[in-house]
Amino acid sequence: MAQVVTAAETLEDKLTEELGYDDHFHEHHHGDKYQSNFLTTYIFSTDHKIIGRQFLMTGIFWAFIGAAMSIVFRLQLGFPEADMAWLRPILGKWILVDANGIGKLDPEFYYSLVTLHGTILVFFVLTAGLSGTFSNILIPLQIGARDMASPLLNAFSYWFFFLAGVVLFLSLFLSTGPFSGGWTAYPPLSALPQASEGSGAGMTMWIVSMALFIVSALLGGINYITTVLNLRTKGMSLWRMPLTIWAFFITAVLGVLSFPVLLSGVLLLMFDRSMGTSFYLSEIVVGGQVLERIGGSPILFQHLFWFLGHPEVYIIILPAMGLVSEVLSVHSRKPIFGYTAMVYSMLAIGFLAFIVWAHHMFMSGVNPFISNFFVIFTLIIAVPSAVKVFNWIGTIYGSNFRFNSASLFAVGFVSMFISGGLTGIFLGNSAIDIQMHDTYFVVAHFHIVMGIAAFFGMFAGVYHWFPKMFGRFMNETLGKIHFWGTLVGAYAIFWPMHYTGLAGVPRRYYDAGATFESFRHFGDLNKFITVAAIMVFFLQVLFIINFFYSIFSGRKVTVKNPWGANTLEWTTPIEAGHGNWPGRIPAVQRWSYDYSKNGEEFIPQYVPLKEGERDMGH
Amino acid sequence: MSSAAERYNQSKINPQKLALWIAIASMVMVFGAFTSAYIVRRAAGNWLEFKLPDVFFASTAVILLSSVTLHLSYTGFKAGNEKRYKLMMIATAILGLAFIVLQYRGWEALNEIGATFTVNPSSSFIYVISGLHAAHVLGGIAALGVALAHAFILPYKPTLRRRQRFELVVQYWHFVDLLWVYLIVFFMLNGS
Repeated sequence: MAQVVTAAETLEDKLTEELGYDDHFHEHHHGDKYQSNFLTTYIFSTDHKIIGRQFLMTGIFWAFIGAAMSIVFRLQLGFPEADMAWLRPILGKWILVDANGIGKLDPEFYYSLVTLHGTILVFFVLTAGLSGTFSNILIPLQIGARDMASPLLNAFSYWFFFLAGVVLFLSLFLSTGPFSGGWTAYPPLSALPQASEGSGAGMTMWIVSMALFIVSALLGGINYITTVLNLRTKGMSLWRMPLTIWAFFITAVLGVLSFPVLLSGVLLLMFDRSMGTSFYLSEIVVGGQVLERIGGSPILFQHLFWFLGHPEVYIIILPAMGLVSEVLSVHSRKPIFGYTAMVYSMLAIGFLAFIVWAHHMFMSGVNPFISNFFVIFTLIIAVPSAVKVFNWIGTIYGSNFRFNSASLFAVGFVSMFISGGLTGIFLGNSAIDIQMHDTYFVVAHFHIVMGIAAFFGMFAGVYHWFPKMFGRFMNETLGKIHFWGTLVGAYAIFWPMHYTGLAGVPRRYYDAGATFESFRHFGDLNKFITVAAIMVFFLQVLFIINFFYSIFSGRKVTVKNPWGANTLEWTTPIEAGHGNWPGRIPAVQRWSYDYSKNGEEFIPQYVPLKEGERDMGH
Repeated sequence: MSSAAERYNQSKINPQKLALWIAIASMVMVFGAFTSAYIVRRAAGNWLEFKLPDVFFASTAVILLSSVTLHLSYTGFKAGNEKRYKLMMIATAILGLAFIVLQYRGWEALNEIGATFTVNPSSSFIYVISGLHAAHVLGGIAALGVALAHAFILPYKPTLRRRQRFELVVQYWHFVDLLWVYLIVFFMLNGS
């Protein structure tokens, strides 16, 4: 199909030629000797666009594995009496078959599934798959850079992530099973190899995987920060950056400051496991045998873990917030409401992230007077969060909204963020937490506010930037089925959990109904949740089918800027090569949110200000 | 055109140096986490008290001196004094290795007074923290090895590119030096 050249694109070429910034890039890079065959182009590439897509595909792979795990343990929770022998071809000896041929899920493996579901989703999917993907694809394209500050370190960042995945995946095949002590890896279950089956080799591989992942996150974060601060094109001041870039930047700062603390905590854990130190182990008896460890404190690990663990949830949600802000503004055809407030609220969330970690430890024996401090700062997070929600609604309000898969998922994100955020106000109170901690109320809260919400932000991003990534559109009908099904289904899964949680049903139990007579009557509710979870799972399979089908056979993109967006990524050729722009880099003349201004539907960032026109950025 | 656009490319720091500063920030967080854990753990009681062996103070003097020699090497490089540049760089490498040897002697001395690796978290912390710091110094010595190769294999030419690469080594070396000073002062103030 011949490429359609619109009037806007002719203007764009003219302006880039006149005003653009000439970095003499193409005088130094004739062709590309490093990306000449299949292996160097698609596998060991240093091009940020390829690396971003590698992060995305690997993230999708892990999302599938993690979700499949949740289906297995949801089957156990919803139908504890059912025969699971049919899972033997996949799970093998983890399905215990009795004399009558009835198969049961091995309780030990149930814990492994819960542990790995958490680890995989939090780190591999919603950290690497979300901020890894979109930071890589969007940072250079939206700030007008040829690539990352260090393309090589960027490739290393992906490959360390890949290795972390390989190690964790292999731990599934250990005869003693993968780690089973929960994704938080609290000692003593994580510190004593003899504590449980999964605490031996499974935990060792979990630690190695995490160490590799931390290296990946640090290499990525250092690169993102350097790129944003150093490689912005001419005219791209900080206050003209799209909110996506602000979000990725703050996310990277959080990662670079918090992941090292987890590294310290895990390092001490390694010494406790294999060198006989007692940082986390005090007087302890395992299997009737008194251990020699004295004087350690398991709470110490919790402090170190949650000092990462809490910023980590913002590392997950901030990129989603950035993507949603951009998608909502573009499809509302309106400037984002309160751009400056959006930036400051993200900075405030980023700052508060570091001083609220102990709200995960209210019931761990932390001094109640110290808890008060953490309660207050935790509840203050509601302020910047509410500012953001208000601004998203303000952006949509009165707009000529375009309903498509991307914008619907962005709206869905706002819905989930409100629903999940409200229950956070309950859990942030240390007194209410006495009843709620470790129940399904907590499970419902964090799945909605950072699990489903972050996924919705990610889906909005994938549908919106798919044309940029693959030169084709995703199927809209399937996209809308995916959205409505997932929205209803996700609420169907997690809404009932609030009730079971309020009643006190504890999380992580293999069969709470069998353990506690009083929770037996939740059996039907659990069946309902499981059925909803299975439906949502198959809707995500539909998304994966749509994704891969559209890469090869989706409707082709014929114009550079199909959404009519202002940001720079839509000024590159549809199939952008190495270096992103064939000639000069466009210079930025205005902020990125000039929609429906002075009678024009949108004014891209490279268009100079008119006589007397005021720039909304600084 | 806005003022930001006019300032373009004037106030920007070298990207490699900026990346190293950010990496240093994350290393500060690693050691900040260790020393915070030390304070929290110490406040919980059951803490073995012992006196830090004197050899750690000798190593402190050595690493401080190595920063001075590396600075002299750097100013020699800039001033065109090739002899001082090379001589002082060798001195720095020797002092760096001497620091590692002295730290090892320090661990031996700790062992002799009964503050072994596993006896109590108070001594375990000293080994882990100083050990990880020594690993960072070894990384610095490796970087210094590259700088030595530049100094002795390549012809002497104080170009901007060479200077920037040297500055990265200098920046990192001063960081591990200051980091040790922080750690030894920390250990002294939180008496183990």
